[in-house]
Amino acid sequence: MTSHPTHEPGSVGAVTPRTAHFDRPLTFRSGAVLDAYDLVYETYGTLNERRSNAVLVCHALNASHHVAGYHADNPKNVGWWDNVIGPGKPLDTNRFFVVGVNNLGGCHGSTGPSSPNPATGKPYGADFPVVTVEDWVEAQARLADHLGIERFAAVMGGSLGGMQALQWTISHPGRIRHALVIAAAPKLTAQNIAFNEVARQAIITDPDFHGGHYYEHGVKPKRGLRVARMIGHITYLSDDVMATRFGRALRSGDYNFGFDVEFEIESYLRYQGEKFAGYFDANTYLLITRALDYFDPAKDFDGDLNRALATAEAGFLVVSFSSDWRFAPERSRAIVEALLHNDHDVTYAEISASAGHDSFLMDDAHYHAVVRAYLSKIDLG
Amino acid sequence: MTIPETNNGSAAIPLSGRHDFEAIARWVKPGTRVLDLGCGDGSLLKHLTEIRGVRGYGVDIDVENIVACIGNGVNVIQGDLESGLSGFEDGSFDYVILSQTLQAMKHTEGIVREMLRVGREGIVSFPNFGFWRHRIQILLGHMPVTKNLPYQWFDTPNVHLCTIDDFEAFCAQHGVRILQRMVMSNGDAVSRLPNLLGTLAVYRIESRR
Repeated sequence: MTSHPTHEPGSVGAVTPRTAHFDRPLTFRSGAVLDAYDLVYETYGTLNERRSNAVLVCHALNASHHVAGYHADNPKNVGWWDNVIGPGKPLDTNRFFVVGVNNLGGCHGSTGPSSPNPATGKPYGADFPVVTVEDWVEAQARLADHLGIERFAAVMGGSLGGMQALQWTISHPGRIRHALVIAAAPKLTAQNIAFNEVARQAIITDPDFHGGHYYEHGVKPKRGLRVARMIGHITYLSDDVMATRFGRALRSGDYNFGFDVEFEIESYLRYQGEKFAGYFDANTYLLITRALDYFDPAKDFDGDLNRALATAEAGFLVVSFSSDWRFAPERSRAIVEALLHNDHDVTYAEISASAGHDSFLMDDAHYHAVVRAYLSKIDLG
Repeated sequence: MTIPETNNGSAAIPLSGRHDFEAIARWVKPGTRVLDLGCGDGSLLKHLTEIRGVRGYGVDIDVENIVACIGNGVNVIQGDLESGLSGFEDGSFDYVILSQTLQAMKHTEGIVREMLRVGREGIVSFPNFGFWRHRIQILLGHMPVTKNLPYQWFDTPNVHLCTIDDFEAFCAQHGVRILQRMVMSNGDAVSRLPNLLGTLAVYRIESRR
């Protein structure tokens, strides 16, 4: 096979998602029970004989199990963290066995709101249980069982993915040796929840939403999803990066005195919204933003994050980005402080970066050097 | 006030060319919890972990040093010492070390106060500005440039240089008790006329509470 010109050396190449089916009921934190479910995942690299080199990569809001490489039927569909994962990359697939999984409630193949509800034969829609980060971690642990992985060398993720890595150290301290918690927070602030709520309201008030059962009506609440994505996107970028990339540039060079797209930033946001509404499921968006809102591992410990992390056994790498105002560096420092309180092994890097929250997806030399150095020190013995 | 001198008569073994590291390693008790401020590539902490079995964390502002510390297997927190140690709890370390960094700090009083808040003891080292070669160069009309102060006046990171006598006066004025002192010249201990003959001073200090 000739390699596709857009894939530089270091790609894991063409990858194929797989599906694991689970028959053992999963009880959610809410009390809801899912009797059976599928998880779609991808793996890269080879699990060593001792099964000690597995790294789980957790995704954030809009991503999936497709973390690295590309799909043979669509070479342009490159994994969302391809700049970090591959042979010779910071998460080196020559050394590690990497697992990417689409979380429950997702819309990339794992059981979610658009899957058929066995009780009705129709899509779950609004009846899909509200899922939490803890529930995702339980499902991921079952996938690890399925793959024969007793203990991960590392669990890593950015943003909501970082929260899952953090939750792993609390839910399964003995099954994770290292947690890479990147651009994350120990819980959302009121401002963060507020952004999520505006996004949800945009979806819920779309006339095509039909109380979450839009599948049966053959429509999608695309207008709501577009607005939700536009709001989200604003919060993932920094003011600086928007100013640099778009400024006040006008599409036609002058004012047209109307409400069509005038400024380049409007065009960009509309494009992002349109693209997103084309592939993402509205119910999944509601579920994932709610999982973000609910995440608060200290809640079960009277709000004391120190106590929540007391039983963690993992070593930690915590990374934040200077221009990230969605999950600002001080939120990461709160995690670091709780880890220091407990005398856990922790390294913290605060990367100077201009791209805002999305910096964790960017190809930044210092950031990648930190991740590479940390992962390469992990002892697989 | 009498200050116990540390002078075991043997030449200190230079570690990465840092003579103060050996004095520090001698003072730090095994199995203690150590915070190294301005830890650089983490070689002091690595050394202390290997020979004293300490539980250590470093703090450094430079991301390249963060990468180097990771490579050395040392826990490190990226941060700016000038803004204090707000993420660190009171009395949470046995020792807080400030190795040849005090003279480059803008907020001298602040960092010493913070060290002694976070640590039960502080260990501070700095180049002695009172060393006789420095004095001669000033007498001849120039800012001193020596092995221990290798910078020109216009490119030096050192904004708060002091002599041994200056530092001890500072301690007296700021409620800092000196527990131990080691003055060195090129790795050898100096006991006579330390403020004139010493190039490097290392102190073990605590808060006079």
